[in-house]
Amino acid sequence: MDLKAFFEKQNNKKQLKILTCGSVDDGKSTLLGRLMYDSKNIYSDQLTQTQKESEKYGTQGKKVDLALLIDGLQAEREQGITIDVAYRYFETEKCKFILADTPGHEEYTRNMATGASNSDVAIILIDASKGILDQTKRHTFILSLLGIENIIVTVNKMDLIDFNQNKFEEIVKSFTEISNQFKFKIEKFIPISALHGENVFTKNKNIPWYNGKTLIEELEDISLIEPEDDFFSMPVQWVNRLSSNFRGYSGTISSGKINIDDEIFILPSREKNIIKKILTPSGQKEVAFKDQAVTLTLSKEVDISRGNLICSTNKDNLFTSDQFASHIIWMSKEKMLPERNYIFRFINSQTIGKITDLVHKINVNSFDKLASKELNLNEIAYCKVALNKNIVFNSYQKNKRLGSFVIIDQFTKQTLGAGVIDHELRRASNIAWQKMSINKKLRSSISGQSPCILWFTGLSGSGKSTIANIIEQKLHQIGKHTYLLDGDNIRHGLNKDLGFTDTDRVENIRRISEVSRLMIDAGLITIVSFISPFKSERKMARDLVEKDEFIEIFINTTIEECEKRDPKGLYKKARAGKLKNFTGIDSIYEKPESPEIILNTQMKKAEELADEVLTFLKKNNKI
Amino acid sequence: MKLSHIDKLESESIHIIREVVAEFDNPVMLYSIGKDSSVMLHLALKAFAPNNIPFKIMHIDTTWKFKEMILFRDQIAKTYNLDLIVHINQDGIRNKISPIKNGSKIHTDIMKTQALKQALDKYKFDAAFGGARRDEEKSRAKERIFSFRDKNHRWDPKNQKPELWNLFNTKINTDESVRVFPLSNWTELDIWQYIYQEKIPIVPLYLAKTRPIIKRDGMMIMVDDDRLEIKQNEKIEQKNVRFRTLGCYPLTAAMESAATNVEEIIIELLETKYSERQGRLIDSDQIGSMEIKKQEGYF
Repeated sequence: MDLKAFFEKQNNKKQLKILTCGSVDDGKSTLLGRLMYDSKNIYSDQLTQTQKESEKYGTQGKKVDLALLIDGLQAEREQGITIDVAYRYFETEKCKFILADTPGHEEYTRNMATGASNSDVAIILIDASKGILDQTKRHTFILSLLGIENIIVTVNKMDLIDFNQNKFEEIVKSFTEISNQFKFKIEKFIPISALHGENVFTKNKNIPWYNGKTLIEELEDISLIEPEDDFFSMPVQWVNRLSSNFRGYSGTISSGKINIDDEIFILPSREKNIIKKILTPSGQKEVAFKDQAVTLTLSKEVDISRGNLICSTNKDNLFTSDQFASHIIWMSKEKMLPERNYIFRFINSQTIGKITDLVHKINVNSFDKLASKELNLNEIAYCKVALNKNIVFNSYQKNKRLGSFVIIDQFTKQTLGAGVIDHELRRASNIAWQKMSINKKLRSSISGQSPCILWFTGLSGSGKSTIANIIEQKLHQIGKHTYLLDGDNIRHGLNKDLGFTDTDRVENIRRISEVSRLMIDAGLITIVSFISPFKSERKMARDLVEKDEFIEIFINTTIEECEKRDPKGLYKKARAGKLKNFTGIDSIYEKPESPEIILNTQMKKAEELADEVLTFLKKNNKI
Repeated sequence: MKLSHIDKLESESIHIIREVVAEFDNPVMLYSIGKDSSVMLHLALKAFAPNNIPFKIMHIDTTWKFKEMILFRDQIAKTYNLDLIVHINQDGIRNKISPIKNGSKIHTDIMKTQALKQALDKYKFDAAFGGARRDEEKSRAKERIFSFRDKNHRWDPKNQKPELWNLFNTKINTDESVRVFPLSNWTELDIWQYIYQEKIPIVPLYLAKTRPIIKRDGMMIMVDDDRLEIKQNEKIEQKNVRFRTLGCYPLTAAMESAATNVEEIIIELLETKYSERQGRLIDSDQIGSMEIKKQEGYF
């Protein structure tokens, strides 16, 4: 055997990332098992192991259950379902396949989106005996959203409908009606039986009316078209200055190609520079291409950091903005609330941001647009996003690497959602800050105080307003300028349009945070007395001002005590079911983890507690 | 220009390795001395060229590795000027834990899983590279590239973060960590092809040689030192063997082979009918055993 020739052939094999969409009931695991088995990518001891497992868990009697070659985790095996994305590797004479296996049940939309984000081609499975189901529509929609351009529709279990051509044609027709709404470049239909291996690897005489290719032939023949004339772009992943005499910019090329001596621009600064050296994985080269992980050195030393983009154009092919419109898939049980702060992770950069407008939700089964104030697990919506700083991006349609992002929880660090950017929003660059001659420091110096926010948080009836009121009186007596923002009072005016749903609570606090910021800028000691039950929004308020300007005061009164006091009779109403979304009863209160001050109203009098706060302010040079 | 399959894998792995260095405070590369570790190390050298690797390399030594592995490890560390740490679970040494006396399950747990956790806690590493591949074993097929571990180093297969595009969620809370698998998408054949094309040095145990062998539980075990007690019905035979995977010598099965160089190994591999994990006894403890070990904190 000539190994050199063998590897030359291996190197000429195309790499194809494929995704299968369908549920266990469609025979998806069986199809995958069939692909692995018929491509001879299964070793005999794996087969023996599967035989052992088939006797224990199999659904095919004494026969080897090919689906069991595929299902990995024990829990899934016992339940007989696939619950996550699994990757498989097999190869044929012409092609190396990386296959993402994702389940098709409704609750698993997130897994399918995950698989699709890493694939070039999708195989959609349809059970011939059942025809088009809601899940087929959902799959089509998600594939289109994630920019999959090539799809192969396999109508499986043809044996169950006696290889009936009319039924197959009917399915093709109804599928085309759905897919016409999207723009797939390639769309093929193949009647198969995964269980019997028909039209997967070998053509079968049971379907004489089908003259097309087998599934594997279709896959092998797909050619992925890369735009040849694309401009060069590379987001800087990491700056290599591990030794003093070397400074290189490492990253993976996201489009086009680059030669030494090429003129390039650094975004967002738009500074010009020249490529000096290109280090590719195979050493120093004259040229490098898309998808290569390289290190570039430049002729002029400049300040470039992770998240900057090196690019062959300074025209408006890329966007630099802090706002954009995008489609978002929500992947967490924790629902998405507009105006709440999240971490937005882009290729090589991240920043805090929020969804400012949920324009509409999309019903993935009917493609209807629906109005909504929040987004739940596995829902998809069209949204506007605002970030805390500018980033460089492109639309997802033009460049997947530069147009995608994930959303991460600030506290749990879980991945909550993923998004694809449609276009930038220009509002950002149209509003500039007006420079003012009198600033915060000058304003507050008149009364010899440092402005700050005293943010009271605690249950209803915990004593927030009582203590806040005493503090304001005491500050007034010693000639300090203050303002007290009270939850109930604000709801009569500025926030009278807001109710008590989670979405409205977030907006309520956002407005108060912004008002507090203005008051701080006016030089005031601002006292905020709001239940403010969510730590996300308290953090948002904190992040709006300087580090030492935010003083969180937790009124630590137990719910039992608050309910006993019940000064406004609200607990009684809530218990009787007359008041919905009441904090502590049917709406949660998240205790602060490290507030600056904790006040215990069950141990001390309000007057004493107010003095504690004043002592804190003196100690920290606020008054 | 079209990148070949191997070129794509190589760049993808380098991207992952750089991402960890950009995002984590204290990463470490776990080095098992095997062929996958050798490839991973080679990729790290490329990722930071022309400079050195900017993190520590750690070997969890069970004290039952083949002697040739240890020699090779120290040689490589010297050649590439690596910042190498070797960690041994001293509790296991005190309790004289052995794969022969205690069996593979207890030995692996104490000398590998527990030892790894000890070392990660001791040095406070927040990210650890491992050379595992998804094609090795079914439960690994579902593993993320950035695999999240809680403060007890546990893997919860139902609570893994979805991984879209190459946008890795690198955010963790205090005391949590990630295991990172840059070779996730490589197959065994890819690894060998890369070793061949890049001329990456590997432990000579991968190549066939005449070695002292006994037969035990249907597997050929090499007598690497006198800690392996020879039972009455066993006898040491000199056989031409090599190893497909390397681990603790009493737990690693040899295979008869005449392949004395990388080319011959690959040709043999192409003709073989066995998957590589079969050479490791730890998998056959029970069905789904790798999955249980992973949940306990094994790689």
